[in-house]
Amino acid sequence: MFQQILLATDGSEHSIRSTKQAIELAKKFSGTIELIYVIDGQTAKSDVLHAADKFEVEQKRLEKLKAVEDIVRTAGIKYKITILHGEPGPTIVAYANEQAFDCVVIGSRGLNNLQTFILGSVSHKVAKRVNCPVLIVK
Amino acid sequence: MKVAQWKQEWFGNVKGDVLAGIVVALALIPEAIAFSIIAGVDPMVGLYASFCIAVVIAFVGGRPGMISAATGAMALLMVDLVAEHGLQYLFAATILTGMIQIIFGICKLAKAMKFVPRSVMVGFVNALAILIFTAQLPHFKGEGWIMYALVGLTLAIIYLLPRITTAVPSALVAIVVVTAIVVLGDIQVGTVGDMGALTQQLPVFLLPSIPFTWETLMIIFPYAFALAIVGLLESLLTSNIVDDMTDTESNKHRESRGQGIGNIIAGCFGGMAGCAMIGQSVINVKSGGRGRLSTLVAGIFLMFLIIVLGGLVVQIPMAALVGVMIMVSIGTFDWSSIRNINRLPRTDAAVMLVTVAVVVYTHDLSKGVFAGVLLSAIFFAAKISRVKVTNELVNQGQKRIYYLEGQLFFASISDLPVNFYFMDQVTEVEINLEKAHLWDDSAIGALDKIEMKFEQNQIAVSYSGLNADSQQLMQRIGGISKASGH
Repeated sequence: MFQQILLATDGSEHSIRSTKQAIELAKKFSGTIELIYVIDGQTAKSDVLHAADKFEVEQKRLEKLKAVEDIVRTAGIKYKITILHGEPGPTIVAYANEQAFDCVVIGSRGLNNLQTFILGSVSHKVAKRVNCPVLIVK
Repeated sequence: MKVAQWKQEWFGNVKGDVLAGIVVALALIPEAIAFSIIAGVDPMVGLYASFCIAVVIAFVGGRPGMISAATGAMALLMVDLVAEHGLQYLFAATILTGMIQIIFGICKLAKAMKFVPRSVMVGFVNALAILIFTAQLPHFKGEGWIMYALVGLTLAIIYLLPRITTAVPSALVAIVVVTAIVVLGDIQVGTVGDMGALTQQLPVFLLPSIPFTWETLMIIFPYAFALAIVGLLESLLTSNIVDDMTDTESNKHRESRGQGIGNIIAGCFGGMAGCAMIGQSVINVKSGGRGRLSTLVAGIFLMFLIIVLGGLVVQIPMAALVGVMIMVSIGTFDWSSIRNINRLPRTDAAVMLVTVAVVVYTHDLSKGVFAGVLLSAIFFAAKISRVKVTNELVNQGQKRIYYLEGQLFFASISDLPVNFYFMDQVTEVEINLEKAHLWDDSAIGALDKIEMKFEQNQIAVSYSGLNADSQQLMQRIGGISKASGH
């Protein structure tokens, strides 16, 4: 039933919790996980500012996801990492809908409380607009 | 192939580009006016500059989708020139800035960007944010609570409106709302009109009326040089950010030349020097802008709005502009550098802070960058000229092995001999260079001297672990090869 799972992550503590849930789900249905990390304008700006070149920017982003990736790998689940650019909410929605996933797993809170207050929560937007079932992890 | 690329850059994304261009034009107006006020010139100077630079860059820039116009970084550099010599000298300096940037572009100096360390660039944007913020403080002087309330309202709209809708730039809504309140309520506060004239006409070609003498050149050259460097630094940083956001490549040398052409034309049409804008470029890409058309639309629509709405623009209260500029400074500041300052290497943090301090003290971004680059060069030299020497006894105390770790060159060898026991009781010494690299004549000379001193005490010296590069150098220069038996 839930074979193709899209796990939205930003490498934060919160997203580690949702990663564990995604793994449970994947184990139960022997499914695969695709980790998606969306970089918005502000993050792109600070990432580029703090790195010497393109290669380093990429390395640092993969490093950010390492904690999450490690958990998925040790669980022995087939996975893939996708990094996209744009507003997190709409980008996740568009990707989930065009790739036909069976389930989207997302944490209810990301890195920044202030951003959630100003922009509204990403998980809420995703739950509203994604066609497949969405699992929001508290 | 060429034509296909040209077509893609211009018409690959027409709908997204036109819409994003309009959004950017709306967001540019308050900034162009506010930056003119920072520079101490009429709002028209910044608006003409933004129009000219955006339109020209659309054609000759190297990074499609990047927005260039009048900027805070450049405005801050020209304050003294305007105050001491007047507007005509600013136009002349702007043209000269463009010429210098074209030379930089032709000489492919964008490559030199790699010599500006990250910590200097972080210091650069942080200093810029601080200066834009402090430039707003004089507007509060002698104002009552009404002004404070209006600034507060502007900021509240800017930060809270995106919760409801992101279709229109919230800064523009804030300006419209606050202006409406002031006009309808007949509230007496300072407006843009008080800061200078706003003419509702297209810019005209006019060479600056200055004496074309050596003395004039000497006045404008230092400003033009600083403007050229700061403009290129910010433009190349912005183009890297746009590259990353859009996952595409850009031509940095073409961008340098393009910035130059843009500034020359701005100077000839009564505009001030400008460069790429990080904030506006991010807005453009976020709004769906990708191609050259977005930059062109932004420039043309900006001018259109001024010609049509100029009468309204002069009624914008300064409080609203100050609010927008506070937002710009908050957005410019790199907050992660404060959060992570403890995790950075000490020297990087020091370079960043020194860059900020020099800029805030001198009000000159180019001096800050220079100080930062210089300091990091010194730190680098100090770091690299440290050679670590450890040793161990082997063969029942008959032989001592010295391990050298680091770069051996003229600056690092002076303290080297103190690490060796020349009066040792051993009969044999091995110098292990596995983790060392020999760079020059002085390094070979130093090793020769150490070898000689040991031999005076009847201790045989051998070398091990030389890397190929160092070995070649040793053989070429000679000295050592005979003793080490090569």
